[in-house]
This record gives sequence, C-alpha cells and structure tokens, in this order.
Amino acid sequence: MDMPLISRRFADTTVVFPEGRIDHATAEQFKAALAPHLATCAAGRDRLVIDMTGVEYISSVGLRVLMLASKQAKAQGCALAVCGLQPVVREIFEISRFNLVLQVFPTLREALAALSTEALAAFEAA
Amino acid sequence: MRVRFWGTRGSIPVAMTSAEVKRKLVTALVAAAGRGLDTPGKARAFVEWELDFSVSHTFGGNSSCVQIETGGPDYVVCDLGSGARGLGNTVLATGGPRGHRFHVFMSHLHWDHIMGFPFFMPAYLPGNHVTIYGCHERLEEAFRRQNAAPSFPVDFSRMEARIEFVRLEPERDYEIAGLRVRAKRQHHGGDSYGYRLERDGKVVVYSTDSEHKQDDPEEVRAFVEFFREADLVIFDAQYSLADAISVKEDWGHSSNVVGVEMCQLARARRLCLFHHEPIFDDERIAALLAETRRLEEITRGDHRVEVHAAYDGLELTL
Repeated sequence: MDMPLISRRFADTTVVFPEGRIDHATAEQFKAALAPHLATCAAGRDRLVIDMTGVEYISSVGLRVLMLASKQAKAQGCALAVCGLQPVVREIFEISRFNLVLQVFPTLREALAALSTEALAAFEAA
Repeated sequence: MRVRFWGTRGSIPVAMTSAEVKRKLVTALVAAAGRGLDTPGKARAFVEWELDFSVSHTFGGNSSCVQIETGGPDYVVCDLGSGARGLGNTVLATGGPRGHRFHVFMSHLHWDHIMGFPFFMPAYLPGNHVTIYGCHERLEEAFRRQNAAPSFPVDFSRMEARIEFVRLEPERDYEIAGLRVRAKRQHHGGDSYGYRLERDGKVVVYSTDSEHKQDDPEEVRAFVEFFREADLVIFDAQYSLADAISVKEDWGHSSNVVGVEMCQLARARRLCLFHHEPIFDDERIAALLAETRRLEEITRGDHRVEVHAAYDGLELTL
C-alpha cells in the first residue's frame, strides 16, 4: 500500500499531509515519504509541520516514526510540530503520552504561528 | 485454569505510604457521609461495590510472582519476586509443611524476580520439591549467590527441600506439570524469556520485562504468534509508549499501548497489565487501566480484548 504524502511550502516551513491509517502496514512507507522532508530541515532555515487532519488512526509503529522524526529534527536543530489530530488520534496521543513529547497544535494555523511568522503570513496570504 | 497474582510491581517492591492511606480514608469517609453505614455488613458492601477500586483496594507492591492453577496437584509459578513470600506462607498454612511440589518458570534473574526465594519457606523444609526452570546459563548461580554471605545470612545449603535447576531451550515445547510450555526470548538487559503455558485448550502467556521495539516486522510477527489466541496475556506495561521509545528506550520494558495492539493482532482474549511502575500510586494505575480500556475500545476491530490491571491478590479464572 502506498502512502501519498502531499506537501506544501509556506515560506520557510514545509507542511506534509499524511492520510489514512499509519499502522504496521503503512508505517515504513510513511517513514520513507517523510525522510526527504526531514533531510532538508535544519536550524534557522527550515521547519516541518505534520498536519494529521487526514489521519484516521495511528498505531505504536506510526508513533515510533514520529518519535524518530522528532529525534532527527532535534539533532539537526530543526523545529518540528504536529497538528490537526482527529478525535481518535488525539486520544491515542494522550494515552501514549505523545502529547507530552511532541509539539502538538490543534490547527495548522496555530502550528505555523508558533513556528514561523513568515510561514504564517504566507499561509494567511494563500 | 486459574491465575493468581502474588506480586505485580515492577523493578522493586513498594509499600503504600501513610499519606496514601490517609488520602484513601478521607475519600472513603466523605463518600460514606449520610449513608447510614452502621453495621459491618453495610460498610463492607459499600466498600466492595460503591467505592472506586483505587480507594477501597491497593494494587499492592510485591514484585513479580504469578501462580498458575492447573487443576493438577503441583504448584506452577512464574518468577520468584517478593510475592513468592506470600505464596509460600499460604501453601504451608493451608497444606501443611511437607509434600509440596513446585515448578517455577523464571523470566530472568534480575533481583526483583528472584528476591522472594530466600523468604520462600517451603524451600527450607525437607519433603518439599522445587524445580526452577529457566533459559539463562547462570540460573543456579543467581539463586545460590543471593542466598549467601554477604547478601543473606542463611546459606542456600540450609534449604532442605529438594531444589533442582533445569535449563530450557527457547522455541521448544516441553510437557511440565501437565502443561505444554514454550519459552521465547525477549528484549531486556541480559535477555528475558516469556512463557506460553497451555492446558486443556486454555492458554496463558507470561511476558514480562520485555521491550517491543517494533522496528523489525518479523519480530512483531513472532510475538503475535507467541500470543496467538491466548486466553490471558500477562504483559509488561511499565512505561508509557512515549517514554518506552524515547528516554527509556533500551530499558527493557513495554507499554499499555503496545500490549493492546499485540493482543488485538493476536486475537488474545484478555490482556493483563503487569510489572507496574514503582512510582505509580493506586490512582495512577487505575487511571492507566481506564485509559487502556478506552484505547482498546476506540481501536477495536471485530475482536474485543478484555483489559485488566494486575494487583497482588487478583485471581482470574480462564
């Protein structure tokens, strides 16, 4: 199963939009699709937001991909945030305590506002 | 088959503090106000049926020890943490001092899993027979070393029961005490082993001190097969998932989230959260249980997994 990973650029920030279920069947594809965006993400010149609005379920394996992404981003000095959790996914984040270890925002706008004023301006203008 | 939990706490035994006892009493007294609980019977019924579990009970603080009642004459036990003390005393109190046969399956040899043996009274009495099974090369040494100076005043040689150590090979079926037993190597410092115990179509999986890194699909599949359609999976859920794969990665423990997922994939009937974090009080473990039940509910497909949290004294009939 392929996991499409649509991305959009707002000034200095890339936003990716995973969809569907991120579980044992799709987590590796999600990881591979995320990798090029993470690779270019570095301190002061790039930021990354994962907009989960289209994700209906995420398993522990999917959460592990987010944790690895967060670790890599931190090592590169890159700001990474997650936003747009659907109710079920939000509960999974809370029960797994991922809401405490990742930057999580209710909406993309709020994520961009926290990460980059330039990206927020570009988002508002789009 | 019935499973009795004598010790359920992870890493180190803990005791409830005075502050926790006081907090429970205050909560209970406020809840009882105006209820006319003027007889022991009424008070007992109120405590049993109306108070929250975390107020009326405690999850307890003994380290790992689980008894599997098979219906046969022998005692079958997983691990000899501090909970083994209560088990041994109960056996002697109810069955007399001699003639008892124990089969013990050791997950591993860390202190919290062997520390009950120096206080396991049947081992000191002639006429009893204890066989300790495990997959670790230094199985016998670990037990002899803790029952010796300078760690303990009573030497292993003073134990007058017949005590044997039997090495098992993982991934191989054995017939022991009327059970089919299979061990599986698990990810933990120095390795640990889970046990799948089967009898008369009932299956218990004892899988503690086991980290599931989930970075290898083959390993995930192997554990799902190990848990396959078990009636009960006793599962190390000491950490949150976030902790288990970040600050506590490679500490050798797992989470409630992975427990639910593995049992769902394996179509196991019951998941029992086990090896509770020693810093958690009763309220925290009760909240963890409620969250885990909720997680099972919102992620359930066509198969329901019944979720429990082990406590010292819990009995589950399969």
